[in-house]
Amino acid sequence: MKEIEEVIDARGLLCPEPVLMVKRKMEKRSEGTIKVLVNTAPARENISRLARNQGWQITIAAAGEDCLITLVK
Amino acid sequence: MSPRITILLAGGITGALAVLLVKYGNPPNMGYCIACFLRDIAGSLGLHRAAAVQYLRPEIPGLVLGAFAASIFTREFKALGGSAALTRFVLGFFVMLGLLVFLGCPLRMILRMAGGDLNALVGLLGLVAGVVLGIVFLRRGFSLGRAFVQTKANGYIFLGIMVVFLIFLLVRPSFIFFSAEGPGSLRAPLAFALGAGIIVGFLAQRSRLCLVGGIRDFILFRDFYLLYGFLAILAVALAGNLILGNFKAGFAGQPIAHNDGLWNFLGMAMGGFGSVLLGGCPLRQLVSASEGNTDSAVTVLGFLLGAAFAHNFGLAASPKGVPAGGQVAVVLGLVVVSLIAFFSCRTGVSKQEVIAGEGDRGSN
Repeated sequence: MKEIEEVIDARGLLCPEPVLMVKRKMEKRSEGTIKVLVNTAPARENISRLARNQGWQITIAAAGEDCLITLVK
Repeated sequence: MSPRITILLAGGITGALAVLLVKYGNPPNMGYCIACFLRDIAGSLGLHRAAAVQYLRPEIPGLVLGAFAASIFTREFKALGGSAALTRFVLGFFVMLGLLVFLGCPLRMILRMAGGDLNALVGLLGLVAGVVLGIVFLRRGFSLGRAFVQTKANGYIFLGIMVVFLIFLLVRPSFIFFSAEGPGSLRAPLAFALGAGIIVGFLAQRSRLCLVGGIRDFILFRDFYLLYGFLAILAVALAGNLILGNFKAGFAGQPIAHNDGLWNFLGMAMGGFGSVLLGGCPLRQLVSASEGNTDSAVTVLGFLLGAAFAHNFGLAASPKGVPAGGQVAVVLGLVVVSLIAFFSCRTGVSKQEVIAGEGDRGSN
């Protein structure tokens, strides 16, 4: 059975909640892929900064009005 | 421009403008103070009748105009709302009470340190304690819930209110109060104050400058980014004060400050605690409201009501010290904010946080 891919939905949350959500995920999963959906620029920047600091590679793609960040390590 | 340069520039220019605003007429160590300026605006609108602190400070509408312009320029303006607005209003109210017991927002705390006011160092300890308290609840899953996209008109209302303030300031209708003496009578020229506000608003929007966020992110993530802004304000304002001879180190006789350590600590702790729960310091709330966040706009209204109460009911501190009512208000505020924090925690990761099976969202 195919594993369902999870996307963290951090839309509409103010700092530092989106970053905390991603950090919690990183603590559970030290490598692999993490996907996060955001809709504000500060959330996008803060998650990207956390990811870079922790050695994750990031790609950012538009998802309609929102923004999907994919972290890979 | 790299983000680090942007935040250093934002902090440095804010520090320099703050020193110049004092040189050209603002109250000492009060080039900027979001709490004090909102209190002056509340007074000017007649929401409180403390005659010494009434002026429609142009720095505030300027800041909003600057941040709004930056958010339009970068297409980041987005009307959002619906995240516990009433709770935010109450948090804003108590944050303001705490800050007016300390006599300044985190930004003025830095400017007071840069002027040699050692009471501000006690305030800094309180701020850090408040931030740590907030982080305890963040780690327990504190959340005020998510905001949702609203129609654009919602996002423009806050800007509209600020434009009305500017019109009042220029037209000076008889129902608007202007202090004849006291801190409210000390003002840099209108055009300079407005311009300085616009510049700082623009830079704060671009850099996400937040004086509470710097301490919070350092403790939570060992992330220095926002702390660079904090330190840049301190370094440049300190240098400016030394050059202009405005630096006088000590606890006693500092301008628009008292030296009651316990209440400097607790007032700022209240401010830091509430600000972490709100997602940023008063400056950041103003910028966020300018970008279209109506929850932040409601928070600013909470600040205004807090300032009105502080002066209508004799809760605000003065250079003479902190009145008994202000002490009760801070203790009560700490209890109320703790209760809000406690009951807004979600244990574990809520199902709301995760969308299952949406791996292909990136393509649409």
